[in-house]
Amino acid sequence: MKVVLENLTKQYQSRNIKGQTVTAVNNFNFEIPDGQLIGLLGPSGCGKSTTLNLISGLETPTSGRIFFGDRDVTSLPPEERGVGLVFQNYALYPHLTVEENIIFPLQNLKGAQKMTKEAMHAKAMEVAHLVQIEPYMHRKPREMSGGQQQRVAIARALVKIPQVLLLDEPLSNLDARLRLQTREELRRIQRETGVTTIFVTHDQEEAMSISDLIVVMKAGELQQIDKPQNTYDDPANLFVAQFLGTPQINTFEARIQDGRVFIGDEAVLEVSGQKDRPVWATVRPEGFIHTENGALTCRLDRVEVMGRDVSVVSTHPAMTGRNIRTIIAAEEAPDITGETVRFNLKPGKVFLFEKDSEERIRL
Amino acid sequence: MIERKNSRVSHALIYLFLTVWALIVLFPFYWMVLTSFKSFTAYNSEYIPKFITLQPTLENYRDAFTTVPLGRYFLNTLIFTVATTGLMMVVIVPAAFAFARLEFKGRNGMFALFLSLMMIPTELVIITNYVTIVNWNMRNTYLGLILPSVTSVFYIYLLKENFEAIPDELYKAAKVDGTSDLKYLLKVMVPISQPTIVTIIILKVIECWNSYVWPRLITYDANYYLVSNGIQEIRENGFGRENTPAMMAAVVVISVPLIILFLIFRKKIMAGVSRGGTKG
Amino acid sequence: MKKNNWKAWLYLLPAMVFLGVFMVYPLIDVCIYSLEESYNFASQSYTGVGLYNFRYVLSDPYFVRALQNTFLIVAITVPLSTGLSLLIALGLSSIKPLRNAYQTIYFLPYVTNTLAVGLVFMILFKRTAYTDGLINLLIAKFGAGPVDFIEGPYWAKMFVMCFYTIWVVMPFKILILTSALASVNPDYYKAARVDGATSSRIFWKITLPMISPTVFYLIITGFIGAFKAYSDEVAIFGTNLNAAGMNTIVGYVYDMLYGDSGGYPSYAAAAALILFAIVFTITYINLTFSKNKVQYM
Repeated sequence: MKVVLENLTKQYQSRNIKGQTVTAVNNFNFEIPDGQLIGLLGPSGCGKSTTLNLISGLETPTSGRIFFGDRDVTSLPPEERGVGLVFQNYALYPHLTVEENIIFPLQNLKGAQKMTKEAMHAKAMEVAHLVQIEPYMHRKPREMSGGQQQRVAIARALVKIPQVLLLDEPLSNLDARLRLQTREELRRIQRETGVTTIFVTHDQEEAMSISDLIVVMKAGELQQIDKPQNTYDDPANLFVAQFLGTPQINTFEARIQDGRVFIGDEAVLEVSGQKDRPVWATVRPEGFIHTENGALTCRLDRVEVMGRDVSVVSTHPAMTGRNIRTIIAAEEAPDITGETVRFNLKPGKVFLFEKDSEERIRL
Repeated sequence: MIERKNSRVSHALIYLFLTVWALIVLFPFYWMVLTSFKSFTAYNSEYIPKFITLQPTLENYRDAFTTVPLGRYFLNTLIFTVATTGLMMVVIVPAAFAFARLEFKGRNGMFALFLSLMMIPTELVIITNYVTIVNWNMRNTYLGLILPSVTSVFYIYLLKENFEAIPDELYKAAKVDGTSDLKYLLKVMVPISQPTIVTIIILKVIECWNSYVWPRLITYDANYYLVSNGIQEIRENGFGRENTPAMMAAVVVISVPLIILFLIFRKKIMAGVSRGGTKG
Repeated sequence: MKKNNWKAWLYLLPAMVFLGVFMVYPLIDVCIYSLEESYNFASQSYTGVGLYNFRYVLSDPYFVRALQNTFLIVAITVPLSTGLSLLIALGLSSIKPLRNAYQTIYFLPYVTNTLAVGLVFMILFKRTAYTDGLINLLIAKFGAGPVDFIEGPYWAKMFVMCFYTIWVVMPFKILILTSALASVNPDYYKAARVDGATSSRIFWKITLPMISPTVFYLIITGFIGAFKAYSDEVAIFGTNLNAAGMNTIVGYVYDMLYGDSGGYPSYAAAAALILFAIVFTITYINLTFSKNKVQYM
């Protein structure tokens, strides 16, 4: 089922100032293709959970429409939309067993959809098999690990065969090892069921690793929708460039002059057909080539050895942020000492953005 | 070493002190059980009461149930307690749910009004309630006994706090699954809040079992007396003569159900009371 | 969310109806009653509006007696029961074996019918034709003469009254204080020990300040409860408290409303409002005092 958001906007009354509204989601337009796994990514408070709640029907939009396929579901209550929802804290009913939890949504079905006890049990076993929790059907949620509880929550969301599966920070409550395991699991379950799945996360690695598409948001505004690698390799604006990637991208105040990009007094890159103007120049940590007579001269701070790589920490008058971090493969890094260190830049790892609008300058 | 010795002495003193108070607490219970097993003549012949009895008799218990309608008082109290507690749950659970979970205009104002009612002592409103029940011709009826005590603002408050502690996500999950508010309340919130609900029920049962003032106002027909009024009646015109052992038998019979309840639910009752019970 | 509005009110409706009929309306009504002069219960008529009822009640010797009794009970039982409970709670928190057993025993009076156990107290203290009663025999061992605690001198009756009241209110106070003591972080005690503080210093400087909110809560609720004393009195002295000279304010209210001396809801209302004013004032003073004294964490 494809999901289409059309001019979707959600405003709240401000809590602090009466009469003032806060825009949580501002004029969203995007289409989620059928059967894909979509990551909604952004810093906290950017409106991703609101977006999810709008799609589920728990909240109603101030304006705009939502379509599941060709069906306008904007004014439908959640139970008529056919969505499954999974929460960060699992939201399992603590007094019910795993099986009773999974069956709970089925017991709400009315009329022709009504199921017999046996049918419900069979259905529950089917999804339990899918998420691999069959041995635990008679346990209470508190007798299970976080990862198992999250699987039960997913099973409960899937048991009605939803058109769309929504997951709100599904992995945040798990420890690092379980998180890795469970996200693979999530990917597998999504592949097997083919349900269009939207999950919210603030963890870029999580979004990158399993999504078909990533939606990057900031302060209620849509920033970029793209394949995971593209959001990294081809950011649409300065925010996306800075938000994705660890260590963070290095940002310099620069200018275009006579077909070249200057950082300070040093020309670091050739650009053609661009007006002279101030710009932001950003360079990925892996975009630096350490050479003796490199174009960019930085003041060396320290070198951090990380095994496979070496991280060179330096400073430059035109930089923003605390310092410049570059990653160099260990075998390519001779002993770096002295006051200064010089780099050439890999053109593909440098992105230029307009000084004012922070939009990407396509070269 | 001196330290050790000191603490041993002080420990002994503490135990002595605690034991003295325990005896003061227990002695009346011991005395009523003991007296209830003494025969009428034996009791009256003891100028110096004996601390044990060698000829225990059940005669007093027979008297308690035959000479006065103790069984009737018991039944009345049971009906009163069960009906009041049951009705109260029907009234307070939805109210607590509305305050805790539903959004509606005027919720905060209404809740503030409810809370302010907690300060009103029953002694102040009992006068009009008495007149109301008299006007409704409900003296000597179960309804007249029950109706004024089926709401408790305090328990609504206690339950609301408990309901609010249930994470929002459970409600959202239930909504997405198409669960109605009522089903969510009965199938999810009530079972999860079961400990608090049991506490409230126990506290209310204790309150009902021991209530005296209201039943005294409302009933003058012995057919509708509760145990407290029955005891008072026994004391004043009881067994035709001052039959202390029979009186004590009645007292034992009346006290036993709650003591058994207490011994079974000891932890729950004590936790519940320390969370919010007050007597009187 | 708009459509939910009427549903929410539906959930609230039963509670609102009951509270309205048996709480809010009576509250207004009791004020009206108290102002209606010479209200006649049978004809439901009155002759005038004014403060006469209050003047009558305040000059009624029975009421003055009840007022005196109530204040005595409050002044004696609240400090004694609170102090004794604190001692017991401290004792309980410093022992391990048998602690649960003691706690269970101490809580017993809470779950018993005060009317019923009051009878036992009466028998223990009462002198009859057959016996002086157990307590008197005990006193006789110390060479004191028999006293009729139930129908004898005022001080003796007041003693029994206060003794029973304390016996009845102790379980609640012990329970609350024990859990307050248990909730004090033991690290404070360890720190104080290490600093070389003595036990009594630890009590006055650490324990008591830490549990002072609870102590004040108990004092405030203790005052309120003791001012409403009534059924304990009935338990010991019977329903005709005026005859025994042991009536309380609440007892006076009920007597005015019902029974042989009853049928005067206006006097009852006035007396109830006076009681409410007293309780309110005392509570207010307590709260102001505690705000200055209690060290909240």
